[in-house]
Amino acid sequence: MRWLIGGAVVVAGGVVARRLLGGTDQGDGHRQRGQARRRGPQWHVATVNRPAGDVAPGGQLPEPLAGLGDAVEVQLRPAPGDQGTEIAVRLRDGSRLPVAAAARRATGRDPEQAIRAALRESKQLIETSEVLHPDYPPTTEPTPMNKPLRMATQQGRREGRL
Amino acid sequence: MKALVWEGANELAVRQVPDPQLRNEQDAIVRVRRTVTCGSDLHLLGGYIPFMERGDVLGHEFLGEIVEVGPQVRNHKVGDRVVVCSFVSCGKCWYCQQQQFSLCDNGNTNPMITENVWGAAPGGCYGYSHALGGFAGSHAEYIRVPYADQGAFTVPDEVSDERALFASDAAPTGWMGADLAGVKPGDVVAVWGAGGVGQMAARAAVLLGADRVIVIDRLDNRLQMAQTHLGVETLNYEQQDVSGELLERSGGRGPDVCIEAVGMESHSSGPQFWYDQVKQQLRIESDRPIAAREAIYNCRKGGSVFILGVFAGLVDKFPLGAVMNKGLTLRGAQQHGQRYIPMLLERMARGELVPEHLATHTMTLDEAPRGYEMFKQKLDGCVRAVFQPTS
Repeated sequence: MRWLIGGAVVVAGGVVARRLLGGTDQGDGHRQRGQARRRGPQWHVATVNRPAGDVAPGGQLPEPLAGLGDAVEVQLRPAPGDQGTEIAVRLRDGSRLPVAAAARRATGRDPEQAIRAALRESKQLIETSEVLHPDYPPTTEPTPMNKPLRMATQQGRREGRL
Repeated sequence: MKALVWEGANELAVRQVPDPQLRNEQDAIVRVRRTVTCGSDLHLLGGYIPFMERGDVLGHEFLGEIVEVGPQVRNHKVGDRVVVCSFVSCGKCWYCQQQQFSLCDNGNTNPMITENVWGAAPGGCYGYSHALGGFAGSHAEYIRVPYADQGAFTVPDEVSDERALFASDAAPTGWMGADLAGVKPGDVVAVWGAGGVGQMAARAAVLLGADRVIVIDRLDNRLQMAQTHLGVETLNYEQQDVSGELLERSGGRGPDVCIEAVGMESHSSGPQFWYDQVKQQLRIESDRPIAAREAIYNCRKGGSVFILGVFAGLVDKFPLGAVMNKGLTLRGAQQHGQRYIPMLLERMARGELVPEHLATHTMTLDEAPRGYEMFKQKLDGCVRAVFQPTS
């Protein structure tokens, strides 16, 4: 059965690689075939189950988003179907090269990751008043077999839709 | 503290791990009094869900006593005897407010994994791999319970530990299957799988007014248990023609509701088992959907099929033609336990729902590896093995 686990870990590693090299295509309505070499700023959107007045009371965004400062453009709009408020965020700065973006993503220095993390944390703060942390201290230990999974988990905490 | 940890595929050990800590203001720490094996643990144990790390603590169905609370826990205090829903849900997001608690937006600290695998992330689950948050499981002396006001429920004095334990997962999962499948008075309901969840789904169907409930399995002791404790009919698929029997017992129509409570390691007596087994071991398909196929095939026209068994990925030879041409409603979910647990505890207190017969074996945490071996191999009539990490 060990080989089966190994194969599965390879799949998990592939997920990480896809994420690193392919980026988060979700929500990127601007990217088209033939235009992949240089991409414009991508909108990242999350829906928060609160009215807009609770999302930015007095126009003040929650700290994770406010901390991004003038580097980002933020839009708030009501979510259809009474599902709360959509928060859309993108870099003000212009386009970026995919290769450079992949390198930054791999090292955790991609500003798009910072946006995604800020959106996730803001959504949790607004909805639940705190950001849910993983268990600590861990009960697990690093092994060669779980290295790809640990990479995926680390990456997953930097970004992810939620 | 002492805990049962996953060491690798089909390798378990009891060893010392760090005590859990409060990590959020809405957390509680629970001293585990009873924790029980679940069929879905076997998928993790066997390595079919590739998101486990050596040292992960297993277990998601448990009951205990609160020993520590965060400053934002309002509904519980130290000393409360609680049963805890296996899914970690915030209670505040849109999904939780729709009572779809296992779809919680905020309960999974590793959402990217399942977003890539399934397109979106469900909530977290204790002891159920890093794909569902990486939370330590309940086969331990202590466990951290995030969003304690949402997921922990005080057990009424008149409900014993032995009974309330199953309000954590098996009973709400089974009830949800019958409820969301739309079981109503007069229905004929077929349930594939006579494990804990299947039996609870069958009992739920009875309590929701079904006219006939038929449980299908291959293990006589489990079928006998279902007849004795649930008052339902049974079919042994190794000895009887399931399709023919279901047609006859439903007036030639087929069951109105078919509930699949088996999951990704389904068995059958025919060659299709080997077909799926070979493909699963070669990783050509990740799950064996034999019972799901049968449920779809045997359901009446316009009927309802609910997938309660745990599936992880991709299946082969899925009868989509039957779903479409028979106009079936196909639905599935991990359990929305917070929606049902208070009601189930009331039913347990009234004696309407009596699940403790599922606990065929009770042992200490030190004996847990043996308990899992008995559970997996179904030795000595094991239906569920209950561990008592602390008294």
